[in-house]
Amino acid sequence: MSKIGKPEKMVIDGKRLDGRGLEEFRPLTVEVGVLKRAGGSAIFKFGDTYALAGVFGPKTMHPRHLQDPQKAVLRCKYSMAPFSTKERIRPGPSRRAIEISKVLNKALSNVIFFEDYPKTGIDVFVVILQANASTRCAGLNAASLALAEAGVSMRNLISACTVGKLDGEIVLDVGGDEDQFGDVDLAFASIGNEDKIVLLQMDGIVRKEEFLKMINLAKKGCAEIYEKQISALKEKYKTGEEDVGSE
Amino acid sequence: MNEVKSEILVSERQFVIPGETLAVGLDFLPSSGCFRENNEIKAKLMGLTKIKERFIGVIPLAGVYIPKQGDGVIGFVEDMQTTIWILDINSPYSAILPLGEAVGEYVDLTKTDISVYYDVGDLIYAKVLNVSKSKQVQLTMNDYRSRKLIGGRILKITPSKVPRLIGREGSMIELIKNKTKCQIIVGQNGIVWLKGEKEGLASKAILTIDAESHITGLTDKISQLLDQGE
Repeated sequence: MSKIGKPEKMVIDGKRLDGRGLEEFRPLTVEVGVLKRAGGSAIFKFGDTYALAGVFGPKTMHPRHLQDPQKAVLRCKYSMAPFSTKERIRPGPSRRAIEISKVLNKALSNVIFFEDYPKTGIDVFVVILQANASTRCAGLNAASLALAEAGVSMRNLISACTVGKLDGEIVLDVGGDEDQFGDVDLAFASIGNEDKIVLLQMDGIVRKEEFLKMINLAKKGCAEIYEKQISALKEKYKTGEEDVGSE
Repeated sequence: MNEVKSEILVSERQFVIPGETLAVGLDFLPSSGCFRENNEIKAKLMGLTKIKERFIGVIPLAGVYIPKQGDGVIGFVEDMQTTIWILDINSPYSAILPLGEAVGEYVDLTKTDISVYYDVGDLIYAKVLNVSKSKQVQLTMNDYRSRKLIGGRILKITPSKVPRLIGREGSMIELIKNKTKCQIIVGQNGIVWLKGEKEGLASKAILTIDAESHITGLTDKISQLLDQGE
């Protein structure tokens, strides 16, 4: 694979191409309740990567023959807007989008209490409005917040981030150029503040010690994401009592 | 081996999110909206805590209506068969109103089509008679409040906020009814029907309660809103 345009060095003096430290996120933005028509919604941004998630349901499941009499059925659709990348993306599901939809579905299925809603369907739509790497992780962060906002019963939120290897260094939150020219890109998601991994995909080759370092860094990153997700929810539903009394 | 001391970690009406630990120890029991994991009770919904003696529950701030026996609901007739009406009750589950539960007298089906009683599109206030394990919902009109609702307008609010709209002993809803001279019927399924003089003002008050039910000082705000009038 040609690496035309690859910068000579991706990491100089502990700083990456965009000036970030090795274990620093791009600016994170989280907002809940952005779509009025959806049951629940959220937008999650890793720097220039924008993911919008909308949740519809639980609702009557059509087609009937796919209904499960004892629990809800989750349907996830991940898609990238045609204007999300430099070159226009042809509308319609690509093989990559179908795979990511499936992977998001598996991740979210770990936390939803499906038995609480027999015979129903829950639809989760993740649309990438602007893509600069880490889209599936941004999508998963937004989707799990949207589900909570929709009032779907869950055991916890899901937090996701990417880690990579550039010039031999392990870094947090892989950005666009780093994804294209870096050595390794790993997507990781865990259940809130529990030590349980629900998504793990990697592109590249690493030694075992490096891999374990990356996992540890990803866990740290997800803990930070989790805090951001919680504050976004709490921000939306301030009761007005927080300012009264001491804390 | 340390014995885990039982302790509640949250206060009443505290905002919690799924996965938040509400209590530790085996002395407490999870009520609706909560689940037990090992010796912790955690929230499974985003909402406000409700503590009653040893039971800890979470009242959701969002979510669909799950029909419960005894609830009074407002529904639209969406379909009919020979002896039943099928209603949309703003829930993932449709409801059935059998002929026997709607009409007291004998109906000769060879001479009458049941649409003379309720037709597709009609709005009805009925009571949930029964919800089977497979979520088949049966309604009945055998209740003093049940009737067809004619005219007026409909609002949809979050089902879990209905108690807030009604208020303690009906205080909130009575306040709105009096100040706007409207008939208002609130279904447990989040559908509100109103008809009267100041329907617009009443709608505004009701939608404000839906949006801000978790904020303190709501009763005063609604009072002010109604006094300002339209």
